[in-house]
This record gives sequence, structure tokens and C-alpha cells, in this order.
Amino acid sequence: MKILICPLNGPRNIAEFTYGGQVKVMPDPKGSTDREWAQYVFYEDSHIGVVQEWWMHTASSYWFIAERHNQTDEVLRTYDPAELFDKAVDRSVAHASKESEPKVHADAQHKDGNA
Amino acid sequence: MPFSLLKFGLNKDYPFEQIADLPPPGDLKARYDVVIIGGGGHGVATAYYLAKHHGVTNIAVLEKAYLGGGNTARNTAVIRSNYLTPEGVRFYSESVKLFERLSNEFDFNIMYSQRGQLTLAHTDATVRAFRQRAEVNKHFGGRTELIDSQAVAELVPTLNMSPAGLPVLAGLWHRDGATARHDAVAWGYAKGATQRGVELHQLTEVTGIDVEAGRVTGVQTNRGRVSCGCVVQAVAGHSAELSRMAGFPLPIVPYPLQAMVTQPVKPFLDPLVSSSALHCYVQQTSRGEIVLGGGSDPYPLYGTRSTLELKESLIASAIDMFPFLSEMRLLRQWAGITDMTSDYSPIMGLSPIDNYYLDAGWGTWGFKATPICGVTMAELIASGGRVPDLIAPFSLDRFDAFRQVNEMGATAASH
Repeated sequence: MKILICPLNGPRNIAEFTYGGQVKVMPDPKGSTDREWAQYVFYEDSHIGVVQEWWMHTASSYWFIAERHNQTDEVLRTYDPAELFDKAVDRSVAHASKESEPKVHADAQHKDGNA
Repeated sequence: MPFSLLKFGLNKDYPFEQIADLPPPGDLKARYDVVIIGGGGHGVATAYYLAKHHGVTNIAVLEKAYLGGGNTARNTAVIRSNYLTPEGVRFYSESVKLFERLSNEFDFNIMYSQRGQLTLAHTDATVRAFRQRAEVNKHFGGRTELIDSQAVAELVPTLNMSPAGLPVLAGLWHRDGATARHDAVAWGYAKGATQRGVELHQLTEVTGIDVEAGRVTGVQTNRGRVSCGCVVQAVAGHSAELSRMAGFPLPIVPYPLQAMVTQPVKPFLDPLVSSSALHCYVQQTSRGEIVLGGGSDPYPLYGTRSTLELKESLIASAIDMFPFLSEMRLLRQWAGITDMTSDYSPIMGLSPIDNYYLDAGWGTWGFKATPICGVTMAELIASGGRVPDLIAPFSLDRFDAFRQVNEMGATAASH
């Protein structure tokens, strides 16, 4: 049994969790091209290394972020999304203000892993 | 059946010398017209048809491990064309036709066995979806029909008609469904290609791709650099990693897919049977082993480790379908890394680099496309980049144009 540490519920069987895709920065809905949307929707960082992902503890519907190595399957860290997202996305005036962008871990996006 | 078998049958001597192995690999040449990265079924098939149909023989197939040792050896060897979209059905139907005559063409038995494939529907919604697939199939050349539960029970008498409490309402019966020995397909193509002058270099790993002014000039390997006229990438599992080496991303996510086989028993199961709701498919190989396959792992991974959870649920589903399987012993189990695309169709054809061709995104449906993939990729390369109509819908730029070929329902759980 593989254990994932939920920031809210503690260590649980990974079968209790749902994978929710990688953490990505959403393009500005007002000013982005079709191509930018396609990149956002269809492309993920498929490089072997540490990736930053959304996970949900299914029983409690609690979403959090995990940093996981996508070859060794080692989970390095799990944390509450409040660490990256300090406010809700404002859908009425969507803008690309730098302050509201999540601080996506630079390491998680580009770090090489040769484990 | 290869006709030469008859000749040997009448001969007293066993034809040892007739079964030629692959020629020993020499040193890498300084330059090849075509470098194919990946010595699996797709790579060697492409080389074979380039040599056979187009007279291009200055080809190197570079394989980091051994011939057909990646996903060619890890799939569950299902051949079928009962897809959902016209594009998909047209493409895979051509592949089925090529498979039918492959043993004769190679003069080598690939153990091709056309027993039909049966997919079970357990809900009204699935019955409707199957009806649509049957109609699309009939229209584009496949032999597929919707049959009722009575016909299912007659076709597979050993099947539990209510597995896991889900009654079998109907079945999608695909007469063209078949299986073959997957290793033999790769060996047959490799033999045919090397006899025509193609070089197959195993234990030769590509470590870099040299791109100058939008064109590939050569590849770096663990055995030195070779320059080349063009490159084809045909690596399953690590497609996105390789394309990154060439300098562009692919919309592919790696998911492990797990499968297993039991000890061989006497033949009892003729068709290939899969359940749309249990995410499980069961077939008996020509050697008598029962192959069990299921859905992908629940999250992406570049690893071929197996998990107890998935094996357990797969075995549970298989036993629900065929209860007496609980008496069987498992012989082998394994996992492979599949290149999943968001629309469950491959990525074939041109790339952002002029002379770099893509054969990627084969997810869980690559083996059945091996022959047609070889034919169309060879045509693409020999023509210098004119995309054959059959693979045009699978271009990389379909994602940017939101023009996906959605085969999720026809591939995801029922091979």
C-alpha cells in the first residue's frame, strides 16, 4: 500500500486520493490566443523529474498540492494550496496581474531528475 | 500459413540454415539517409517498408535496449479496428488487412489468429454507444455488429452473464478482432528489413539530437555521432522526453499500463472478451495462456513497477467475468509506460523541425497499428514530408487547432 500524506487528514492510503493534473498558470482569458489556450489545456511538463500536482483526498473533497518525482514515484512534499494561491481567481475582471499568479515552483517545472 | 512450411513438411531435413538470425551489427556508419530512433515494431516496420516499397536502404534503426523489448513486448497483442471515428476506423482497418497476410509476406509465422473480439455492454448508454460504433465500422470497412445477450452467451459459454452484479445487456461483436505473437511481428519486420540492407543497432541509445536552422543534421549516441538526412522518432513511453531533446514539447503524459498472463491451459476461450464497465479484458493466446489486461494507472509515472491495488482489482474483475479463473496460477505480470494523448489518438507525421518525423502518442493502442504505421510513415519519409491522407488527421498541430480525433470511448478500457 502506498501512503500519501494529506495536509488535512494525515497519512492515508493513496487509493483514497484522486489525481487532478499538474499545477499550471492559467493564461489571461481576455488576452490569450487559441494557441496559448491549447498549450495550457493539452500540454503538461512531461520531463522526468519533480512535478507539482493537484491531488484530492476523495473522502473529504480536500484539494492540495504534492511535489512528486514522476519516475521514482517519491512524494517529496504535500501542502495546502494556500501556499501558492493567496486569493480566489476573480472571474469578473480576469487579468494577468503578477500578484495574483501562483508562485509555481521553478524547480518543480525544470529540475532534471536522473534517479 | 507460410507456403514454405508445406515444402519443409515433405522434406526429411529440418531446415536449420533457413532460419537466419539477424546479421551481426557492424560499426555505426558516419551517415545514414534515415535514422529511426526506436527498434520496436513501429520502427522496424517503417524501415522495412522504406526498403521494400521505396528502395531506401541506407537506414539505421537505433535501439537503446534490444529489438522489440519495450512496449512491443508489453502490450496484450490485440488487433482490431472497431473504433468510433471515421478517421480511426479507416486507419485501423487498413492495419487489420495488412496483419492478415503478414505471415506469408515474412515467410515467418506471427501466429496471427482471427477469432473476433467481443466487448460487453452493461448499461443502456453503452448499448447506444456500441450501436453507433457498429454503424461507423460497417460504413468504413470493418465487420462489427451489435448482438444481444443470448448471442453473447452462445458465443462465450464460459462467461458469467452478470459479472459483479452488472448484467450483460448486449455485446459489440467485431469479427475482424484478432491476436498475434507480438515479438514475432517485430522479428519478422526486422528480418525483412535487415535482409534488404537496413542496419539494426541494439544497445545504441540516442543521447542528443543536433538541430541547425530548423533541420536535424545528426544524432548523438552512446557509440558516437551519426549524421543523417532525416530522423523518425518511434519510441513508446518516452516520446515526450525524446522530443524535448529535439527542442519541442509533445502533448503526451506517461501512464503505466499493467497486465498479466496465467499458466497455459487447453483452449476454452475463442474470442477476445472485454467488459466496458469492469475495465478488464481477457483472451487466450495460441499457446493457451490467459492474458488479462485492464485500465491505466490512476496517475502519471515514468516507471514500470506494478502495484498490488491495480493487479488485485484486475484479477477481481477477471474472476467476476470467468469465475473458474480463480483456480488458475499467474505466470507473469508486468507494466509498460504508455504515451497518453488527450484524445486517445496517436501523433503521426510532421514536427516543428523540417526533417524530423513523429510516430508517437501510441498510448494503449500501438501494437494493432504496427503494419499500417510502417507503411504510412515510410510513404511520408520517402516523399520528403508529404503526409499520406490516412494519417493526416493525427498531426501534431491538431491540438493547437482544437481538431482532436476523440477515441476515448473506443480505447480507454476495452482493447
